[in-house]
Amino acid sequence: MPSAPLFSLCELCSARKPFLRRPKTGQKICQFCFFHVFETEIHNTIVAASLFYPGERVAIGASGGKDSTVLAHVMKTLNERYNYGVEFILLSVDEGIRGYRDDSLETVKRNKDQYSLPLEIVSYHDLYDGWSMDNIVAQIGKKNNCTYCGVFRRQALDRGAQKLGINHVLTGHNADDMAETVLMNILRGDTARLDRCTEIITQSAESPIKRSKPLKYAYEKEIVLYAHYKKLDYFSTECTYSPEAFRGTARALIKNLETVRTSAIIDIIHSGETFSLQRHGGRNHAKKLVAGACERCGYISSNKLCKACVLLDGLNAGKAAMQIKLEDSEPAESTGETFVRKQLESLSF
Amino acid sequence: MTVPLTVEFSGGLEILFGGERTLNITLRPSDKQASSTIADLVKYLCDERMTDKRKELFVIEEYHVRPGILVLINDADWELEGEEEYVIQSGDQILFASTLHGG
Ligand SMILES: [Zn+2]
Ligand SMILES: [Zn+2]
Repeated sequence: MPSAPLFSLCELCSARKPFLRRPKTGQKICQFCFFHVFETEIHNTIVAASLFYPGERVAIGASGGKDSTVLAHVMKTLNERYNYGVEFILLSVDEGIRGYRDDSLETVKRNKDQYSLPLEIVSYHDLYDGWSMDNIVAQIGKKNNCTYCGVFRRQALDRGAQKLGINHVLTGHNADDMAETVLMNILRGDTARLDRCTEIITQSAESPIKRSKPLKYAYEKEIVLYAHYKKLDYFSTECTYSPEAFRGTARALIKNLETVRTSAIIDIIHSGETFSLQRHGGRNHAKKLVAGACERCGYISSNKLCKACVLLDGLNAGKAAMQIKLEDSEPAESTGETFVRKQLESLSF
Repeated sequence: MTVPLTVEFSGGLEILFGGERTLNITLRPSDKQASSTIADLVKYLCDERMTDKRKELFVIEEYHVRPGILVLINDADWELEGEEEYVIQSGDQILFASTLHGG
């Protein structure tokens, strides 16, 4: 006997039971429509930014976590659906954190088979004179290790990409991450970073490799739901060495804002994108830095030694490199990097 | 009337519950109530099952689920089901997933 449905219907297809409320629009939609809009919006982001060209080889920075796992899955799906003609390769960094990284690397290895994508793993141990993250922490304690991870991680991804002859790396940064970064840069008065932190593609004098963020407009909630409904295999334990207090506070603030203003995240990103900042010497000066090469390892560097080599010297000398002054002109891109820079700044004063 | 249900944790929340990803629970409504809601479940989890002292990682202001933690009731977003007021049915599967950790 036909009767009125017991529940409301999906606001997009009017045919199925809704499973979620989209944070971006408030729409109640079914799983099927959710997959479609989530993937299509990422495709639109890619097209609008002309992110890829046919035949391009692109590395996906894969940590085994939810963001990069969803990124890998969606990139493979869209590449096949829309014929991007891109050759994707998973690129992972093994920081050498027992219990955290070994487990997440196992996840990445399974992803390699699940998505039939090649996988390259670069390790701190091999790149940095045998200094794994566990060794670094054993030497310097837990307090400043994000400094090392920020500098070493970025170089490790670059070097991994270079080894593969690739100059484009995708990272899994999402809309929530980006809103946090905007807010953090405002709170710190870091206008140079504020200016560029919302860009989908970042390329800096200090890095030979282009980075981009296809998930820039994807909400964390939807990423988690996508991974859950698609039953993606990901690893979800926090890095044991990541006491990123400032970011955590910014995140909690945004989550609380969202409860009274649902569009808070997209509004903050929009603000970041459209701020028109008055130019001062600082930024232009930073842009004029001439990119040379590190005398020791050959990595791109505007100083005699690159940051990683300076940190390594400190480690090898048996002490934390407290006096380092980073002339940082990189955009706030990898998690923790801005935090690191401020930490170093406050130490050197 | 007691209600059996399954609670799952992900995104790092399991750490707060002795590393258990799945809990099989039987809720007993208090004397005055005929049924149990998500709010009752959250209070029960905090008082009886949480092994970590840091309650603020799960709830704010006495037993409200912290913003940024996703709740799914039988795979559906709890925002469609009345959130804390949802009345738990026998055999329900409730997932608490933290979106607060990196990835
Ligand atoms: Zn639908
Ligand atoms: Zn160097």
